[in-house]
Amino acid sequence: MSKTQKHPREPLIHITKRTNLSVKSGIIVRAVAVLAALVVCAIVTKVLTGDNPFSIFATVFHGAFGKGRALVTVHDVAILLCISLAVTPAFKMRFWNIGAEGQVLMGCLATAVCMFTLGGKISDALLVLIMVICAVLTGVVWGVIPALFKAYWNTNETLFTLMMNYVAIQLIEFFLKVADKSGSNVVGPDLLSHGWLPDLFGVKYILNIAVVALITLAIYIYLRYSKHGYEISVVGESENTARYIGVNVKKVIIRTMALSGAICGIAGLLLVGGSSHSIDANLADGRGFTAIMVSWLAKFNPLYMILTSFMLVFLARGADEVTSKFGLNSDFADILTGIILFFIIGCEFFIQYQIHFNFHREKSPKEKER
Amino acid sequence: MELICGFIQRAILQGTPLLYGATGEILTEKSGNLNLGIPGIMYIGAISGVVGGFVYQTNAATVVTLWAILIPLICCLAGSLLTSLIYCFLTITLRANQNVTGLAITTFGVGVGNFFGGSLIKIIKSDVPYLSLTKIAKAYKITLPFAEDMGPIGKAIFSYGFMVYLAIIIAVAVSVFLKRTRAGLHLRSVGENPATADAAGINVTRHKYFATSIGGMIAGLGGLFYIMDYSNGIWSNNGFGDRGWLAIAIVIFATWKPLVAIVGSYLFGALYILFNYINVPIQFLPLIQMLPYIVTIVVLVAVSMRKKRENQPPASLGLSYFREER
Repeated sequence: MSKTQKHPREPLIHITKRTNLSVKSGIIVRAVAVLAALVVCAIVTKVLTGDNPFSIFATVFHGAFGKGRALVTVHDVAILLCISLAVTPAFKMRFWNIGAEGQVLMGCLATAVCMFTLGGKISDALLVLIMVICAVLTGVVWGVIPALFKAYWNTNETLFTLMMNYVAIQLIEFFLKVADKSGSNVVGPDLLSHGWLPDLFGVKYILNIAVVALITLAIYIYLRYSKHGYEISVVGESENTARYIGVNVKKVIIRTMALSGAICGIAGLLLVGGSSHSIDANLADGRGFTAIMVSWLAKFNPLYMILTSFMLVFLARGADEVTSKFGLNSDFADILTGIILFFIIGCEFFIQYQIHFNFHREKSPKEKER
Repeated sequence: MELICGFIQRAILQGTPLLYGATGEILTEKSGNLNLGIPGIMYIGAISGVVGGFVYQTNAATVVTLWAILIPLICCLAGSLLTSLIYCFLTITLRANQNVTGLAITTFGVGVGNFFGGSLIKIIKSDVPYLSLTKIAKAYKITLPFAEDMGPIGKAIFSYGFMVYLAIIIAVAVSVFLKRTRAGLHLRSVGENPATADAAGINVTRHKYFATSIGGMIAGLGGLFYIMDYSNGIWSNNGFGDRGWLAIAIVIFATWKPLVAIVGSYLFGALYILFNYINVPIQFLPLIQMLPYIVTIVVLVAVSMRKKRENQPPASLGLSYFREER
């Protein structure tokens, strides 16, 4: 072998796909990631506020579970969970619906329009029934439009659904301007005084929470044990396989998006009819986007989603408390959420792949001569 | 005439941030990375520039034009580079899902922008009432000396700060790079079929890293332009709005061609401000403000229905590449 010839050296690191990783080590990897993320969050918070990390965590906990806040926190979790459940079937099918925000807003809008135009003219029970139907239907329409184009012309659904969000926002602005001539940015309980969803057992929000609990169970069963759920996962894994075994892919796409839209519509109904009794263009508050991450972090499993949505809401409310304590801007929560997401997204790599280090590499020819 | 030229002028100002974002995203997507973090990166680019400029403006005795331009520019590039690198590391090295990573970057970036925009004064214990960089903005808005005497048409062409022209230059440069250079050819092949490119000896990882980072830096400049030139150096939370998402929409509108993106951005800019020029009852304004989004949808559908081969996205867009997966 001539000395000038370059000898290819084995790389130090090489990566292979894991075939099987026990559930236990999967949990350990994720726990380590969350822990590492919390440490980074603590450092960032420390740098920006100068408070010591333990008292910050106490503040976070107080923000989420302090007096009279636990119920609000649980309600926030329920709404976020509801939207996450809505996007899940579509994601399992690899349909990247980032328009949940718009679908929820359309549900809100439909509910508010019913309350505004029919309130007081018919009995409240009938009004609630009409509200439910309208909210679900508008949600379905908003979800099915991009699905139709995706199914028949393979139109990029990510951007289509995204643009539908802004159309929904402008429709709400239009409604606000028509309903309230004073030009305010919100139509409040004084104009939407009828058709409020009842309080179960005299406790606020319980109805909303119960509805979401039911939906969670239903979606879990639907995805896991029904034929539809099976078809969704086959289409998600491989469209060609689905076609080969006789699944009507177009039908599955449209049907699944209709379901997504319907649940988003219900989320809108719960927001306007069940809790805020008012409407503004910011009512969904980015939950449509957060829901995507909730769903993905839980590996599309509805039961894990309870956990992930709780984690994100807990963090957001806690961070709110920290920032208001130090007179800082409330967007701090987004920074912390971002950091935690980066770590969890990153740790998936260590669950799916295995790294091999080659410390005993083959030596280069020069070294061999010695 | 005055009215039309004024309209064009405002449309171009409105379209320039979109052009930066779209050019950056085109370069990124050509490498097969669908970076939905662009809206966040543009926020970070803006706030990094603002922080740099603010520190310089409050500490320097006299504001020198050269430094007033360079310091925010470098801070902006550094901020957007760092954020892009987070995205690169997660999606390229750790092969994470690009959509989820992008959305996380956007959440993070918008949070960072609004947080520091709202709290910077408090954090560095300054005594000014609000975040305003008027002196720095003046440097960014320096125009050609003869622009004022050119009449309305001349004004519509020559009366901007340097960043408007820079956006066009970068878009043309990216276009030439992608079409006419060997490196551009390699980059496109990575976006179309990374396995083939890899077999041909092209370093896929390096091309993806470079394209995504440089694309992110270009997009970040859009945020800087918005703050320094368009809004005269005054930060307002969420002021940048949804422009980052519109920039991603323009990429599709332009069918991944930077030269078409120039026209597309100005057109979208025009649609964005159209409601100021149309005389309708106030409650119908939202319906006109809906236009840019409707147009995007129509274009999206039209492109997908025509199915022309040269108008399709890069074949491996949105997919991570793992060499050992066959």
